[in-house]
Amino acid sequence: MSTTSPVETAGAGAATYVDQRLGSNKFLARNLGKVFPDHWSFMLGEIALYSFLVVLLTGTYLTLFFKPSMVEVIYDGSYVPLKGVSMSEAYSSTLDISFDVRGGLLIRQMHHWAALIFVASMSVHMFRVFFTGAFRKPREFNWIIGVVLVTLGLGAGFSGYSLPDDLLSGTGLQIARGIVQSIPVIGTWGAFLLFGGEFPGTDFISRLYAIHILLIPGLILAMVTVHLIMVFTQKHTQFPGPGRTNDNVVGYPLMPVYMAKAGGFFFIVFGIIALVGGLVSINPIWVFGPYTPDQVSAATQPDWYIGWLDGALRTMPNLESHIAGFTLSWNVLVPAVIIPGIIFTALGAYPFIEAWVTGDKSEHHLLDRPRNAPTRTGLGVMAITFYLLLFIGGGNDLIASAFNMSFNSIIWFLRISYFVLPPLMFVLTRRICLGLQRRDREKLLHGYEAGRILRLPHGEFIEAHEPLSVKELAVITSKTDIAPIPTPQKTDIDGVKNKKYAIQSRRSKLSHFFYGENVPLPSAAEIEAGQAHVAADAALEAPLHAYEDADQISTFHGGVLHHPGMAATNAEQQNEH
Amino acid sequence: MKFLAARRRNPLVALGLLLAALVAVGGGYAAIANVQPAQASASSQTQVEEGKKLYLAGCSSCHGMEAQGTANGPTLLGVGAAAVDFQVSSGRMPLAAPGAQAVAKAPSYNEEQVAALAAYVASLAPGPAIPTEEDASFEGANVAQGGVLFRTNCAQCHQAAGQGAALTQGKWAPNLMQAEPKEILEAMLTGPQSMPVFSDGTLPLENKKQIIAYINNLQNASSPGGLDLGRLGPVTEGLFLWTAVFAALIGAAIWIGIKAR
Ligand code: HEC
Ligand code: HEC
Ligand code: HEM
Repeated sequence: MSTTSPVETAGAGAATYVDQRLGSNKFLARNLGKVFPDHWSFMLGEIALYSFLVVLLTGTYLTLFFKPSMVEVIYDGSYVPLKGVSMSEAYSSTLDISFDVRGGLLIRQMHHWAALIFVASMSVHMFRVFFTGAFRKPREFNWIIGVVLVTLGLGAGFSGYSLPDDLLSGTGLQIARGIVQSIPVIGTWGAFLLFGGEFPGTDFISRLYAIHILLIPGLILAMVTVHLIMVFTQKHTQFPGPGRTNDNVVGYPLMPVYMAKAGGFFFIVFGIIALVGGLVSINPIWVFGPYTPDQVSAATQPDWYIGWLDGALRTMPNLESHIAGFTLSWNVLVPAVIIPGIIFTALGAYPFIEAWVTGDKSEHHLLDRPRNAPTRTGLGVMAITFYLLLFIGGGNDLIASAFNMSFNSIIWFLRISYFVLPPLMFVLTRRICLGLQRRDREKLLHGYEAGRILRLPHGEFIEAHEPLSVKELAVITSKTDIAPIPTPQKTDIDGVKNKKYAIQSRRSKLSHFFYGENVPLPSAAEIEAGQAHVAADAALEAPLHAYEDADQISTFHGGVLHHPGMAATNAEQQNEH
Repeated sequence: MKFLAARRRNPLVALGLLLAALVAVGGGYAAIANVQPAQASASSQTQVEEGKKLYLAGCSSCHGMEAQGTANGPTLLGVGAAAVDFQVSSGRMPLAAPGAQAVAKAPSYNEEQVAALAAYVASLAPGPAIPTEEDASFEGANVAQGGVLFRTNCAQCHQAAGQGAALTQGKWAPNLMQAEPKEILEAMLTGPQSMPVFSDGTLPLENKKQIIAYINNLQNASSPGGLDLGRLGPVTEGLFLWTAVFAALIGAAIWIGIKAR
């Protein structure tokens, strides 16, 4: 990285040019020369960013025509099957956007698809960060910002889904109101405050509109900005590889290589959204009809990112208790308030919990391979399994009709699986990770199994091994084992009682659980010896390769590898000559 | 005027009015109740005879020799010709195998036989008759009004777009995209299995026609937004997102990663 390529000089030149004109005092020159590491999974956050930009652009167009009003109107637009039906202005203006505004339907569909992509890419981005341990010191705060962003994304989506006042969104809002009401003490009051009276009321859509187009996008924009600044100042993490250490960054300069790449990718994401928005229908509100409280459609579902919450609600047994004249609806409180509360708190706190358990206080700029942190990887897979089960619960009625099953049995299957499958997946994943570690160790000691058996001149059979490539060697040896926290003593040398014994011993046990079973890397000497041995094997094979490579083989037979088309017997060989 | 006003207060007048009302209602009922047997006798006696034979052979094991019902099937007294026509011509009856719900399949009887069975069951007790062509025609019916009625009365089981949905305990409300006008009318009149009966009293024929017109509109509607993903709402949309759209995005990310190198 010491020699500057022509590309880099060009980038630096541009930065200096702008610097001189903005008086930014080499700020850009310094920062645009910054190097970004390269991996496709680092693009997931970019997908989130670009889809958010599309959401902003298309959303702005929609505000020109959308009327956030609950005033009753008689529809007189061009969609015949609703002509003369009474509905809210919110719904009729969404119909107008869809049928009477030029490009309206395309923009609406792009807006909605982009919103789905936004939340989806954020989630996958989060998984990447989790499984590679990118949230470790010093990036814990950025992880928390990410968790806030996901939460805001859910809020943005749900508030948007509720705006058109169609049958689906009204039903969703009624459920949301039920959830607020289930919160002890403040629930009923809170619901009244939020909805400005009884459901559906006349105030709510305009309030929701302010939240949807002002409050939440503003917060998201602010958070995204902080998020990106932090990525920039802390520098991006990198995957292990040759020459990559915890103290350097190997990659391409921001300007122009990374900029060109990112710019190009923006247009690709934009293009995909435009294509899908133009070709694939989403939320055809005219089919669902306007919301009225006396109607409900079977198979009413929220958008995918709320599906898990809906699933939790659908599968929770019907429990209620009455305490001192108050009703506690556990059937709503647990799945819609307590479980999400626990999930999001645990998500935000995870980096700190892990650091405390492992006692790891060092900075990490080199990513973990998921297998090298088996417990973390297991926990992640466990959480995803739980999430997917909830998600299936959200679609139980459609699954039932698609596969001709009884949805009561699906609900029971899920209720049991919630407790069985996630732990099972945890154990399984952890085993697989440890197995992979063992295989890595084998590779370091013995190289690759080439799958060839060699017979040496003196008759011995050996299995040929091949040495690891430089890259692989670097990747595997990047593993840093963190020693588990030692078991604490009940009393110190002077016989003074250790007051923190209980908590320390718990921590030590957890820490042993976390990293204790890790398969240690062989020592440098062992690796060298192993690879030398492999090289010696390879040397034994060398004459054979020389033989294979030779154009012409003169009389030579016996104990030789036979290739297709080659003489197989002595007689044949004689005939050839 | 004075005279009338005074007489109106007279208790005798009230009694007289009450009597007149009772006679009117009773007579009207008799007139209506008379319609059914009259129809039954109008349909030829041989058809009823033929129907009885078919019934005894194919249905009596479950519905009883007198259609009084058995442990294996409900009574058919009063279900009317419409119910028999709906159940048998959709292949639901004779019931093939016990299950959560009778399954529609290829019918086991031809049209003539179905008509005979229907005539026989109708001859036992009055019930809704098979709708005429005229009843099932929905010419000029208000589609938008039909949509409102459909969403109020039918969407909670059949889904807003008529795509069908699961009910409890493995039962389901079928997809209506292939339903014929006559079939829809019969379903409303007879309320097969878990579906409620929508009698002409609760839902006048005019409204039923509007519903039929709306279902017909759903059946023939194009999808203005492009590929309709089954018109099932967010679940299929989510599925499409996570398979097709996300695959395209990740594919692009990998491709551009390779290109940049
Ligand atoms: C194997 C037993 C069985 C046989 C055979 C059978 N049915 Fe049924 N039938 C049932 C059952 C059970 C039901 C009730 C279904 C339900 O409500 O889920 C039923 C329902 C019906 C109904 C609807 C009743 C209502 O209340 O609307 C009609 C009409 C009917 N059967 C007609 C027939 C006719 C006509 C035949 C002969 C062609 C026949 N069934 C043969 C078992 C049978
Ligand atoms: C309580 C739920 C429920 C409601 C409400 C309901 N249905 Fe049904 N419907 C059903 C079920 C269940 C069946 C299947 C009956 C069977 O298989 O015998 C059905 C069957 C039908 C069929 C026959 C479909 C076929 O494939 O043969 C039609 C047509 C139909 N319904 C129309 C309607 C209309 C129109 C309305 C509103 C006026 C309505 N339904 C309301 C539950 C319902
Ligand atoms: C500044 C940012 C935004 C603006 C100005 C905006 C604007 C709007 C408007 C006016 C509507 C109602 C019209 C309609 O329903 O078609 C809407 C709907 C919607 N919005 Fe947004 N929005 C923004 C951000 C977001 C974000 C961040 C998300 C999700 C992550 C989102 C998700 C939705 C959804 C799902 C709908 C329903 C769309 C539909 O199917 O009709 N929006 N938005």
